[in-house]
Amino acid sequence: MIAILDYGSGNIRSAQRAFEKTKHQVIVTSDYQEAVSADGLVVPGVGAFGSCMKALLKIDGDKIIKERQQEKKKTLGICVGMQILFESSDELLNGESIKGLGIFPGRVVRLEAPVIPHMGFNEVEVDETSKLFKGIEKERFYFVHSYAAKDPVVGANSYCDYGGGFLAAIESQTVSAVQFHPEKSGAAGLALIENWASGL
Amino acid sequence: MSLATRIIPCLDVKDGRVVKGINFLNLVDAGDPVEMAQIYNNEGADEITFLDITASSQGRSTTLEVVRRSADQLFIPLTVGGGISSTDDVNQLLRAGADKVSINTAALKRPELINEISESFGSQVLVISIDAKRSRSSSGFEVTTHGGSISTGIDALDWIKEAIERGVGEILLNSMDTDGTRAGYDLELIRLVRAISPVPIIASGGAGDISDFAKALESGADALLAASVFHFGIYRISDIKRDLGRKGFTVRQGNQIGQN
Repeated sequence: MIAILDYGSGNIRSAQRAFEKTKHQVIVTSDYQEAVSADGLVVPGVGAFGSCMKALLKIDGDKIIKERQQEKKKTLGICVGMQILFESSDELLNGESIKGLGIFPGRVVRLEAPVIPHMGFNEVEVDETSKLFKGIEKERFYFVHSYAAKDPVVGANSYCDYGGGFLAAIESQTVSAVQFHPEKSGAAGLALIENWASGL
Repeated sequence: MSLATRIIPCLDVKDGRVVKGINFLNLVDAGDPVEMAQIYNNEGADEITFLDITASSQGRSTTLEVVRRSADQLFIPLTVGGGISSTDDVNQLLRAGADKVSINTAALKRPELINEISESFGSQVLVISIDAKRSRSSSGFEVTTHGGSISTGIDALDWIKEAIERGVGEILLNSMDTDGTRAGYDLELIRLVRAISPVPIIASGGAGDISDFAKALESGADALLAASVFHFGIYRISDIKRDLGRKGFTVRQGNQIGQN
């Protein structure tokens, strides 16, 4: 079973439908036990870094993700759901810097490009050890964000370039994450979701 | 590596049905927005925009249902505009499956709405739609409402600057002078807005000839929206992308790995 973590406003329905294309049963939940025990957990992004973290903490999402990590259960972060896995971000909430989960070291920084947000379909330089991108190495994926992590982490690091390189996807043994929206990246995105789901 | 130009077909939806239909294909149901969006998706659209021109509240709930059905079948970004005047409206649309919302008149009436939406949901969900028209205003363009028929007296560039400061993530720039003429996008307007906008610009209004699309990009647009050239089958999305590709612009080839 795949659980999609529901912890605030946002378009969760598309993610739900996209993951339902796999053979897994999909639930949308904010329940601690359901989220901890699911075979796969999807953490979508909600709003900005700070508001996302605050909403996540309200349902003990930090504990859910860390408990799953200890139990070697797979979790996939999407967009801001990827960013909050890092220690901190340039993106402030009312002038205040909010702490991330710190599952991966490093800071999420603002993109440096003439036009921000980075919005649209872009290419990814896929890590040769990647499992997520197997068979879809030459495709484009839909990005919409103004911040990203740049420094490599343990595992597979796939990059995108928009005013400089940044992490488009990271894959560790249990926690993986993508900065783009696979549920909005057409057939290529659905194939990536299938790759992740088939590894559960 | 570079970002692909987005080609965005726009569908006018009233009471859950498409008003300006697609005339070039034998559709089972020529008024179903989800079916039409699906066709554009298959033709390589990078995003779909629904413009809800419904007036009644009953019609609005029908629109939510259209968005839900789209989210079930359409795995590319969906923007919904028309009649949005509160964060509640936005929440409902996002929950139904919209990725972005576009606001226009409600933001002119109450500019704080921009702050409220971008603070609640992030600026990336918020598109400000501007109906600009040539006038004696200081930039040469003013903001209009009701399809260009009512002047607001607000200078278009001043309003865009304010909207960006308040937190919009993108500008849908409609030229009321070129809209429906198929005489080409208003390139001067695009250039003026590009000079002051660090957020993406979607050019809208006037696309008629295939060369119009590249000209809008050269003038500074990031994405290209069109309605009638696609609906009437004058050009297919693939025609536009082929032409842009030949001229050195980056485009995404849709559905390379087959249909899902």
